[in-house]
Amino acid sequence: MSKKQRKNPLSLKLDRRNFLKGSALGLAASALPLENADASFIEAFFQKHFREMNKKEIQEVLNRLEKEYSEQYKKHVTVKATKAMPGVQFGYGLDLSRCIGCRRCVYACIGENNQSRDPQIPWIQVLSFRKGDKWTDLEEADKYYNPATVPEPEHWYMPVQCQQCRHPACTRACPTQATWKEPDGIVVVDYNWCIGCRYCMAACPYGARHFNWGEPHIPDDELNPVTHYLGNRPRYKGVVEKCTFCIQRTREGRYPACVEICPVGARKFGNLLDPSSEIRYCIENKRVFRLKEELNTQPKFYYFYAT
Amino acid sequence: MDSEAALAQSPQVQEHKIPKYITPPPPFSEGIFPCSDCHKDLKPNPKRRKLELMHTDIHLKHAGGEQWCLDCHDLNNRDKLHLINGKLIDFEEVYYLCGQCHGTIFRDWKAGVHGKRTGEWNGKKVYRLCTNCHNPHQPHFKPLKPKRPPERPSDIK
Repeated sequence: MSKKQRKNPLSLKLDRRNFLKGSALGLAASALPLENADASFIEAFFQKHFREMNKKEIQEVLNRLEKEYSEQYKKHVTVKATKAMPGVQFGYGLDLSRCIGCRRCVYACIGENNQSRDPQIPWIQVLSFRKGDKWTDLEEADKYYNPATVPEPEHWYMPVQCQQCRHPACTRACPTQATWKEPDGIVVVDYNWCIGCRYCMAACPYGARHFNWGEPHIPDDELNPVTHYLGNRPRYKGVVEKCTFCIQRTREGRYPACVEICPVGARKFGNLLDPSSEIRYCIENKRVFRLKEELNTQPKFYYFYAT
Repeated sequence: MDSEAALAQSPQVQEHKIPKYITPPPPFSEGIFPCSDCHKDLKPNPKRRKLELMHTDIHLKHAGGEQWCLDCHDLNNRDKLHLINGKLIDFEEVYYLCGQCHGTIFRDWKAGVHGKRTGEWNGKKVYRLCTNCHNPHQPHFKPLKPKRPPERPSDIK
């Protein structure tokens, strides 16, 4: 990793408040640590909210980030900001009768979405339950199971990741509007606006959000260079991240990485607004349920039991 | 929608519409196909028996031992499979054969729900033949080694 660490400008000791105080006194120049700041740092510091930027401003941000990432990881990294397709609401299906708990999805996700390898903060958690228990307790489920082979006898498995709620609790908890729901239903985080307060993590009933307590570390050769601004671009220390249904893939028409890796075909994905889509077939023909429905978060992640 | 149009869209009428998507070729063992290469000089023997000279690597664990080779493979045309009604099909169309018993699975597979899909959710999809994932002679999946569990918070330094 390069010696020069990328810094989220918001996490500097000098915060906006102090800067504004300083600038009010006409001390703007002295309040900013300009002597060791390059132009891109200043640009990042004054970056507008993602949804308030026009096309040209977004492009400038993408160019800046591509340059930073390419330097840091010593290869050409692209950062896109592909917009949502019109008439699309993404939905996800997971067949609990098939899942064998092999965790292939967890590691495909880590690779595709440039999650930190050390410390590790996987976006997908696979929970293991004993068959036939009268009460299935989500909070007490085992996610650290490690037998020689899976599926273990008398066990079943439930992967949990961001449920992409229609009424997300996390976005309302965010004090800086650094996280929001996109038109295609994907809940995204702007890592440049996240201040790391972790209110969204407390609000999320699914444990789907993860915090970069340490400087994220990805080996140069393992970095996926095809990235999206709101998705899998490399993150900063001190920001929250989560599953985005592989926004960089699905907005180009491809399946998410977890769908493609699943060796038993338990994962289904498609457009909820398209009556002929696979996900609509699941909802119309299988008995689907959603996690913690009583909270009225209305996830777009449907579990079902196909056989 | 009039009743005729509704009928045309009903699952019963559309039942045998096989989606025209890409499937990988059937996973033959190396050098085994075409079967007629070896079988053309052999006299067909329809007697139900344990094979001892060839195909000893095949352990038939399907349908509780009720099945045997010629229930699916054709006696006279070795390069084809046959359905219960006697119709011959290619190995590339094996889903018709499996679908005879596993009808609900066949229905789900055609809709894109049973089995693994790759490619594009709104465009070109790669389907897999039944035999691409299941060994037809032992269709039950073999257990896998799970990938590494996540770190416990207490183990993070």
